[in-house]
Amino acid sequence: MLIEPKITAAFDPYAIRDEFPILSRQVNGNPLVYLDNAASAQKPRAVVQAMVNALEGGYSNVHRGLHTLANETTDAFEAARDSVARFINAAPTEIVFTKGATEAINLVASSFGLSLKAGDEIVISEGEHHANYIPWHFLRERQGVVIKFIPVLDDGSLDLDAYRKLLTPKTRMVAVTHMSNVTGAVTDTQAIVEGARSVGARVLLDGAQSVVHQPIDVKALGCDFFVFSAHKLYGPTGIGVLWGRPEALEALPPYQGGGEMISWVALDAVAYADPPHRFEAGTPPIVQAIGLGAACEWLNGIDRAAAAAHEHALYKRALERLEGHNWFKLIGDALGKGAIMAFAVEGAHAHDVAQLLDKYGVAVRAGTHCAEPLMRRFGMASSARASFALYNTLEEADAFADSLIKVQGFFS
Amino acid sequence: MAAMSAIDTELSELIDEFELLGDWEERYRHVIDLGRTLAPLTDEERSDANKVRGCASQVWLVTERGPDGLSFRGDSDAHIVRGLIALLLRLYSGRTTADITAFDAKAGLAKLGLSGALSAQRSNGLFSMVERIRRDAAGA
Repeated sequence: MLIEPKITAAFDPYAIRDEFPILSRQVNGNPLVYLDNAASAQKPRAVVQAMVNALEGGYSNVHRGLHTLANETTDAFEAARDSVARFINAAPTEIVFTKGATEAINLVASSFGLSLKAGDEIVISEGEHHANYIPWHFLRERQGVVIKFIPVLDDGSLDLDAYRKLLTPKTRMVAVTHMSNVTGAVTDTQAIVEGARSVGARVLLDGAQSVVHQPIDVKALGCDFFVFSAHKLYGPTGIGVLWGRPEALEALPPYQGGGEMISWVALDAVAYADPPHRFEAGTPPIVQAIGLGAACEWLNGIDRAAAAAHEHALYKRALERLEGHNWFKLIGDALGKGAIMAFAVEGAHAHDVAQLLDKYGVAVRAGTHCAEPLMRRFGMASSARASFALYNTLEEADAFADSLIKVQGFFS
Repeated sequence: MAAMSAIDTELSELIDEFELLGDWEERYRHVIDLGRTLAPLTDEERSDANKVRGCASQVWLVTERGPDGLSFRGDSDAHIVRGLIALLLRLYSGRTTADITAFDAKAGLAKLGLSGALSAQRSNGLFSMVERIRRDAAGA
């Protein structure tokens, strides 16, 4: 099933907010303005309730049991896999449940890495979240694999001309972010995939941010692996997804060993299960998977294109209020970027900014955003980041801008 | 009741100073202003050896032994932390080991109405600095 983007005027963030009780709380005497969504999003009642229902009404371990609760829980768990599959236009057998995007990348790096030898090359970008760098660094450190970095342009997008020049017959994997968690820049996946295919390399896309802000169709993207976490997608922590093209998953040796991931076991030999269970050793995060399934279903009931347009309108509103101030330095203004605003306030440390914004009830992130090389690329030790979700409002974008202007006043 | 130590006297002056200030905005402004009064450390002094671990922002502490005991100089790349360092240095510089050891910095600073600034995640670097000051004093 393809997700057809369409713009409607029917998107109502105020109605959506009612599904998030936490958004009506106060922080430091002010209404909470939650703009740390790129780090983790709040959860709608539908997600919380699905998890409560699973725990209170039908909980057991999955797959192994023959009793009623085991069957019900297994059905719910596998139904969650179906929901995730529909959500990204994939087949359920292509969905591997992991702890999160980080574990999904570690899984691919460590299993795919077994086929790599010293001198083989992996291409990532200098804008990656550490989760899409350090697992590959392990291969560099332990196996002599070479990592090449696609430079990031001033607007936050990847330098695709430089990318093409980095590719060689030794390139085995291209692993890049689909949407930067700092600049919000969206990667031209067609150019990435075409380049990788021309040298026979696999492609992994880190979709931790993109999956939140735009409909994902993994078949249209043309990559081999697509990873994301549930907790940024209005789902629970402790669960994420590795999607793999069937032949790419099939070619991967197992990651962790244990129960569930085998087809038979003898004292002198072991045969492994087919994907996805080959990569799901041990008891999975059952309730979290059910929560993720509920999040996908909840999002399927929302006009995603209208939600993305809404988020972008919030971003634009805040930017319009701030960009005229010479102390406001935006990081990355790529065309079509996601609603993620990393910025510096001249004369103040990002921690000062975040700490004072919090006094006004505004929650933002400050630091390196787990992307130290990218911060260095932009000549900064750290930055603050406001990231918008579909439940944020224009009033909140204004409250953020007003508060930031007040905060800057502390340092002028 | 034991006689007030020099640190306690300084603390009660600080408490009076902060009580004159109104809302949190004024208190934070004052902290930031105090931070501006600190002489910045040199690049050489901002060394790894002087860096205080466990801090969200960067914090450095230089301990110097003079004829009148220990004196401390500190710095941070963040303004609010710098201001808090200035508060600490007013309390600790030039004091006796006994006074430094006896002083409860967490309880003392809590009396200044800056609780938001002293929550665990934000202030663990600051209290790592306190630990370092106490250690340096004990070793003096």
